[in-house]
Amino acid sequence: MIIDHPLLGPRDSAEFTYMGDARLIDRPDPDAGTAAQDFYEYGYLRDNPAGWHDELWFHEAGDRSWLVITRNTLTHEISKVQLARDVARSRGRSK
Amino acid sequence: MHDLMPITALGGTEARIDAFDHVTITENDGLALASVAARIGHEKPCHATLKKLLGAVPGPGKAILHDPEAGFWMGPDQWMIGAPRATHELLADQLTTLFGETASVTEQSGAWVCFDVTGPAMQDLCERLCAVPIRRMVAGDAQRTMIHQLGCFVIRRQDADHIRILGPRASAGSLHHALITAAHSTA
Repeated sequence: MIIDHPLLGPRDSAEFTYMGDARLIDRPDPDAGTAAQDFYEYGYLRDNPAGWHDELWFHEAGDRSWLVITRNTLTHEISKVQLARDVARSRGRSK
Repeated sequence: MHDLMPITALGGTEARIDAFDHVTITENDGLALASVAARIGHEKPCHATLKKLLGAVPGPGKAILHDPEAGFWMGPDQWMIGAPRATHELLADQLTTLFGETASVTEQSGAWVCFDVTGPAMQDLCERLCAVPIRRMVAGDAQRTMIHQLGCFVIRRQDADHIRILGPRASAGSLHHALITAAHSTA
């Protein structure tokens, strides 16, 4: 599988490590009244889609950036690769 | 009084040189290193200082082979700066003063071992060693890759037969072993 890194171009997936569902970016508010339930869901509940899935990948043997990769879990086709920090910032995170 | 003697990354009193007919592997003990990471919101002034220091800001996968300070891109808004240790032993302190509030500077001299590989079989050796596209790389290309399970930087230098490899200093012996093995297999 080849991952088309947004900065470095096509790289072998062996250089990357899968780090889970991209929804891990959306950390719940610890001060909310429902925080206990929110963090339970955040920590343990995952969808397991047969099809398109947003995933976090870490470029461990490369520039060590975190990526959000949209991958089809049935075909391994990759439709989109973004820097995770750009995704997080677009959702109003880390200023 | 302590009577301490400086040693190189491979433990010798002098830098190790392994000369073969087709390739020479030299432990480079004369490098001072420091990393620079732009702070959020200070990217622009940080880039400007880098440009003043190196002549240009190294883009992704690139190095600026400037003298005396050289630098290469490590990741988004992160660079490694290197200079001769004899003249720049306090490189990290100098860079901290230079960049001020715009960047976080970390001393890296003690974290890396540097090997210079030169000779006509350099490309063959590199191909056996790691997954960088060495024949497509040009002078000033710098890539991070795995060598012998170690995260290393491979920098293509000005001379066509010269590659510089930076690897974790604590595993200098293992990296050297991998280089020597690759050198034997290309003989």
